Amino acid sequence: MTIPTSSIEQVIPGQGSMAQPEEPRPGRSRRQRFLFVRNKKAATGLVILAGYTIVGVIGPWVAPYDPSARGNDLVQGPSAAHWFGTTHLGQDVFSQILVGTRSVMLVGFLAGAIATVLSVLIGVTAGYLGGKTDDSLSMLTNVVLVIPAVPLMIIITSVLNNASDMLVALVIGLTSWSWNARVLRAQTLSLRRRDFVEASRASGESTWRIIVFELMPNLTAVIASGFVGTVIFAVLSEITLAFIGVVSNSGWNWGTILFWAQGQQALGQDAWWWFVPAGLAIALLGTSLSLINFGIDEFVSPRLRSAGKTKLRTASGRTVRMRIGFTPVLENSPLPKTHAVVATPVMREAK
Amino acid sequence: MAEPVLEIRNLNVDYGLGDKAVHAVRDVNLTLHRGEVLGLAGESGSGKSTLAYGLTRLLAPPGVITGGEVVYHPSSAAAYDVLGLSDQQLRAWRWAETAIVFQGAMNSLNPVHKISTQLTDVLKAHDPKMSEHSRNARAREMLKLVGISADRMGAYPHQLSGGMRQRVMIGMALILQPQVVIMDEPTTALDVVMQRQILGQLIELRERLGFSVIFITHDLSLLVEFSNRIAIMYGGRIVEEAPAATIYRDALHPYSKGLLSSFPALRGPKRELAGIPGSPPDLAGMPTGCSFHPRCPKAFEPCSTAIPVLGRPDTPDGAGRSVACWLHPAEQPVSAV
Amino acid sequence: MKYILQRLAFYLFTAWAAITLNFFIPRLVPGDPVQSLITKYQGQLSTKSIQSLYVLFGLDKDKSLWSQYIDYWKQLFHGDLGLSFTFFPAPVSQVIGQALPWTLLLVGITTVISFVLGTSLGVVAGWRRGSWADGLLPVTTFFSSVPYFWLGIIAIYLLAGPDSFFPSSGGFDSGLVPAWDQYFIPSAIQHSLLPALTILISSVSGWILSMRNMMVTVSSEDYITVAHAKGLPERRVAVAYAARNALLPNISGFALALGFIVGGTLLVEIVFSYPGLGYTLLQGLGAKDYPLMQGVFLVITISVLVANLLADIAYLLLDPRTRKEG
Repeated sequence: MTIPTSSIEQVIPGQGSMAQPEEPRPGRSRRQRFLFVRNKKAATGLVILAGYTIVGVIGPWVAPYDPSARGNDLVQGPSAAHWFGTTHLGQDVFSQILVGTRSVMLVGFLAGAIATVLSVLIGVTAGYLGGKTDDSLSMLTNVVLVIPAVPLMIIITSVLNNASDMLVALVIGLTSWSWNARVLRAQTLSLRRRDFVEASRASGESTWRIIVFELMPNLTAVIASGFVGTVIFAVLSEITLAFIGVVSNSGWNWGTILFWAQGQQALGQDAWWWFVPAGLAIALLGTSLSLINFGIDEFVSPRLRSAGKTKLRTASGRTVRMRIGFTPVLENSPLPKTHAVVATPVMREAK
Repeated sequence: MAEPVLEIRNLNVDYGLGDKAVHAVRDVNLTLHRGEVLGLAGESGSGKSTLAYGLTRLLAPPGVITGGEVVYHPSSAAAYDVLGLSDQQLRAWRWAETAIVFQGAMNSLNPVHKISTQLTDVLKAHDPKMSEHSRNARAREMLKLVGISADRMGAYPHQLSGGMRQRVMIGMALILQPQVVIMDEPTTALDVVMQRQILGQLIELRERLGFSVIFITHDLSLLVEFSNRIAIMYGGRIVEEAPAATIYRDALHPYSKGLLSSFPALRGPKRELAGIPGSPPDLAGMPTGCSFHPRCPKAFEPCSTAIPVLGRPDTPDGAGRSVACWLHPAEQPVSAV
Repeated sequence: MKYILQRLAFYLFTAWAAITLNFFIPRLVPGDPVQSLITKYQGQLSTKSIQSLYVLFGLDKDKSLWSQYIDYWKQLFHGDLGLSFTFFPAPVSQVIGQALPWTLLLVGITTVISFVLGTSLGVVAGWRRGSWADGLLPVTTFFSSVPYFWLGIIAIYLLAGPDSFFPSSGGFDSGLVPAWDQYFIPSAIQHSLLPALTILISSVSGWILSMRNMMVTVSSEDYITVAHAKGLPERRVAVAYAARNALLPNISGFALALGFIVGGTLLVEIVFSYPGLGYTLLQGLGAKDYPLMQGVFLVITISVLVANLLADIAYLLLDPRTRKEG
């Protein structure tokens, strides 16, 4: 499983100020939102994700074969008829991938949405209300956080017997909200002490108005990044569950393909086409989501941005590099020197 | 006049490279003399901190020094340009010749290392042959010098009060007996009583040890009290430079006057308090001509078109001072002195 | 000391919550998943074993939920996790006892190596931005998006095989008997290399990335500028100032990420048929062996809690601010 690595997720109480996003201002301007899309990483990620979404919608219609239909070509490598080869029953792997995309996207986004809603409800409430509410909600969050999610999911789905996609999404959503709730609580806590929130409170605005209109706009990036992170986790979890065969095998997703590949000794038969495409599909989807998250991170905390040019060549052909602690000195001063002393070191007459 | 210890010549500092670069410090000429306290004042964004970090090459990316010289005069050797030193030479120069007391006592000390470690590692770096025993003795001595009992050596920064932390920083700055100490808003985070106590102590130490100080603050009242000469920066340039008493009594630049009238006088006759209308200029979109002219109550026709040169004004006491203002056109530019 | 006691109390509470969850899961399911199994093995089960399974899975309809809960705890304190159906008639505790060392060694050692390696690379990447280390980032992003088990499959396909040095499955040569001798230990190490490599490659990227980001964040702190201003050697600034401080949040991250990592490593065991807890769990899944599955879950949870406590102690030793005098 991925380790969440987003820097905004690194907000750890006591270390708070280190990883905080830059000063959020109430309501970001439209221009800045647009800038996010202009971020190359985010844009690449969004384009790939859009591609997956389209396949998720039209996959079953454009698939050349019925993914479950048996054929006569058993365990055949890629060919013009079967781009990704066939399985032990002669099923078309390419069609299985196309059809399986829908389930993967559906479970990923549904579980992500469930977990995000839960994390916002619990994290923001805990952070904003404070006191006993915060204590008990934080306790709940931390307990859920340290209990290993994957074994728990495996047991729950196995008890549920042939769980459907919806049920799987629900189980994943219910077990994976805690990380984001923790991050959101920390963010809310720091926002609550900011002047503009204090001002709204002092002017007697109702709690829900402050949460919706003052806090939420400033939490958008954190929530979005948490959602994307959870989708990655949910996709990997669903595929894991399908791979070990605890969920319903009636539908297709990439995990199911791997389940059959593993169970039917694809490895022993050198049938690489059986398990490679599904894995690459997962990796590409995961990469695109990670890219979106890097984009959000850099958008929120500009320090992480690779600061454009870090090297440059001066007029005399020397290469100068930007680095902390040693500010580069360019020789080609754009201003004419009005000064006679150029040669250094300069001899100082003894006094 | 005393001999110079640090001469800044035509220093230019940018943020960013190429066309998008923002000019934060422009064509600054400034001389620090041996044993003096030189105050550097200005609003935030005037370039005063950029100047200090630029001359020590400590400016974080995307800061770039685009030109100029920082000529340093060691106590008994030939002068040299700090900006021309190699990394190795610069490391040796730092702290041994010029130390800095940074803004914000809270974050200047590393929270995970003991005070003793942070005091002694600088000794170890500059004199590897020094024994551990004498390093510790020296560190204890410095703490005593700034009025902290030597048993706090083993303390971590979070166990000290803000005032104590800033004293530790001052002690640390003096540990290698530098000739120049740059203080960047050294007391901003402290309460007024603590501010005066620490600055008073510092001035006393200066008299005893004989180093020179560049004292950067937005608080002109502190400068008037504690420094010998004051340079006032606006929009990346020095707009006026004069002995402290002269500035206080008779500032020539309208911006200096504005700054002076924005705090109550500590001694002497009461003055009317007034702020400066408008806000500091955006470095990315500097006005043409004198960058202060949009806010200047006395702006007239040359101000918006031509940049006034810093130079000796046409006043009777003009010899020891300089100003960059069309009201007092320079008789002789400072950069050509 | 107070800090550690607080953490200890929290982990005890979490352990209680996990055990209670374990108690309720089978009771929430409609029907009796275990009843049918008990019926199936009726002739082979002793009365005492049946009683123990009744307590574990709440088939005792006469008793109140509360007294079922009390009985459940009593049983746990005796180390009785019921009988495994898969390895009938071995008790679950015995099955887990055999699998646990394999997982602890493989996952424990690999995770620590991965953390140390990834953190060190992250220090380089974060300190020297724009250097070769930045080139690692796209690669690491890709690897952190791949499921551990798929990477395991690929590793087997590419590296293992009849003629290869790397065995494709198992924890040791089938001809050997587990013992601390010169035949068994090398064989066990040889079998663990490929799974370990798989876990390492998939998990190291996360540490590189998070340490790099922490380094970048810490590098702009005031005390780094001070360290440069003091003229300290670059290595000292990078290690004793920047990396030393950036490490702290990464250690908290380590504790929190353990749950995720363990989930992934269980699957690697499955792919390699490695005789640890993950593989045991899979065998239990196939046979609907609920006592075994729940036992594995409990043991994993408690191991993660212990690892968390260790990370807390490390944090305490590294960050003076959490240490209180006295």
